[in-house]
Amino acid sequence: MKIWDPLHECMPREDLEQLQLEKLQATLNRVHKNVTYYRKTFTELDIIPEDIQSLSDLTRLPFTTKNDLRLNYPYGMFAVPLREVVRIHSSSGTTSKPIVVGYSKNDIRAWSNLVARFMSAAGVTRDDLVQIAFLYGLYTGAFGLHYGTEAIGASVIPMSTGNTEKQVMILQDYRATVLVCTPSYAVALADYMERHGIDAKGLTLRVGLFGGEPWSEKLRAEIEDRLAITAMDNYGVSEVMGPGIAGECQCKNGMHIFEDAFLPEIIDPKTGAVLPPGSVGELVLTTLAKEAFPMIRYRTGDLTSLDYGPCPCGRTMVRMKKTMGRSDDMLIIKGVNVFPSQIEEVIFTISQERPPHQLVVSRRGAMDTLEVLIEVTEKFFALDFQEQLAVLNLMKKRIRSVVGIDATLRLVEPKSLPRSAGTVIRVADNR
Amino acid sequence: MLTIKNINTYYGQVHALKNVSLHLQEGEIVTLIGANGAGKTTLLNTISGIVPPKSGQILFSGAPIHELPPHSIVERGISQVPEGRQVFKPLSVEDNLELGAYLRYRKRGGKKETKETMAMVFDLFPILLDRRKQLAGTLSGGEQQMLAIGRALMAKPKIMLLDEPSMGLAPLVVQEIFRVIENLAGEQKTTVLLVEQNARVALKTAARGYVLETGKVILEGEAADLMENKDVQRAYLGRDKKEIWER
Repeated sequence: MKIWDPLHECMPREDLEQLQLEKLQATLNRVHKNVTYYRKTFTELDIIPEDIQSLSDLTRLPFTTKNDLRLNYPYGMFAVPLREVVRIHSSSGTTSKPIVVGYSKNDIRAWSNLVARFMSAAGVTRDDLVQIAFLYGLYTGAFGLHYGTEAIGASVIPMSTGNTEKQVMILQDYRATVLVCTPSYAVALADYMERHGIDAKGLTLRVGLFGGEPWSEKLRAEIEDRLAITAMDNYGVSEVMGPGIAGECQCKNGMHIFEDAFLPEIIDPKTGAVLPPGSVGELVLTTLAKEAFPMIRYRTGDLTSLDYGPCPCGRTMVRMKKTMGRSDDMLIIKGVNVFPSQIEEVIFTISQERPPHQLVVSRRGAMDTLEVLIEVTEKFFALDFQEQLAVLNLMKKRIRSVVGIDATLRLVEPKSLPRSAGTVIRVADNR
Repeated sequence: MLTIKNINTYYGQVHALKNVSLHLQEGEIVTLIGANGAGKTTLLNTISGIVPPKSGQILFSGAPIHELPPHSIVERGISQVPEGRQVFKPLSVEDNLELGAYLRYRKRGGKKETKETMAMVFDLFPILLDRRKQLAGTLSGGEQQMLAIGRALMAKPKIMLLDEPSMGLAPLVVQEIFRVIENLAGEQKTTVLLVEQNARVALKTAARGYVLETGKVILEGEAADLMENKDVQRAYLGRDKKEIWER
């Protein structure tokens, strides 16, 4: 498999660490100068950028959390004036307000090349036809893979999500060779083809690049078998860049983090202490090259571990394991990040009270479903049927617009939801 | 081949370089750009030992050189071409070049080697051969710049520090000089650290660059990326005037 950027991807560790130090120091000088939030938090801790003299000094700086991004909504974390931002994306916040991220012209170019790295590592070449079945829109996934494909010189089929029948038709007729979607959607496609008697082995498809949600080795084996392809994993975080942070090589033994662009740390999610290499903890990322939206020690919420051992592929960059869960309560439903607090806010705002409720996440076939159970309160019971229906519809609509996915709303009897120590269990994840 | 970590340089009370880290790979042309007083020349002077750093580390091929005197640094293979050429005006072109080899001249076979190196310099800059008996002070600005570069080459450096080679020169002469600089890195594997006011030319020649601002590095990146960076464009490429911060 071709290594897209051998100069960086195979850089000796010693040179890499010097480059990281230089880029880290330059990034800190820039955020200190241009981002009020960082200048303020550094000053509160009595730190100036010059205090950071080695990579390990990074631990002296504070973390950036999703809540910090929310408090600086929408443009407070930008390090360049808006007129230099050529792209805005957004991702789910913890409330009804999303997180806004921006890219400069250089950021988009860097992004394209980072995505091209893991696509090349997965075996994508300029001769490929890449069907992108991620949602085009405010999310970063589709655009990231789109740019990576173009950087490699392969053809993009920007199919976006949904319409399984048409997806399969394109796979068959346009002879796509690479499929980009969530792993669960890959299963849905396999199911559809099975039901309609289409033999996946007859397709030209050979590689799948799956992301957007955590998936197991078992699921990988299933997809590889049913679609007759090689299935590869990659990792991204919208607030940090989108896809292009890490990706698997042909060895399939962890995802190489592109360390010339991102500095990874693993911390204990409770204490914030940095853990030694190999420990499982929360991944924290610092951007080293981003212009418009630099992040210093961003807590991704994803649990994983890092392996600094050499990889047979020749890349010197550290490998992260498949993510093993979340350190917060974020749910990933149909590849969309959902925070229970977002839905709570919708219910509380519309009902003007605080009814006990529970989110039930299940998997029907390959697809995730979200059901919201709400206990009927006296106030709600007093409404007539039409009004009750209107309230529920309004909630459903709001959830759809805030979270980005459809939920089924169901009313249940008072005191019927399962409780633990008197409080309702907020989430039941039955997947 | 050159690795700089966290250097701080002072002129008396003035903190001229703040925690600067930088590296050069063999055969690479790297440029330093920045406004007047940003610390570009100071950085070159710190590397060559003229203004030693107060703290930090400079490693040349793995060995520390930040505590060595300038002549030992030249001996190890780092030559500087100072800003404003600084040729010895009352001396002939030939004598200027010989002085560039003063550390090697007395060594075994030094004379022969000096002759060979001088022939190489005349190859690079044929005009200097025509003018070799002429006093340096009577040369044109461009010729003096060529002489200054030639003089630095006489020490057979592994790294050449070039300070503002295009200053005050006509565009055609600038082109000629940069052609030679590219050659040095390309054919002779000399590593070049280039300080330039003319950021456009510098970024075209160099592979990578650092942007200095008030003694700090605020950007490191490939030359093509720096060329697209709006801060660089605004400040050093003369595009776009400073706009008010919009929120």
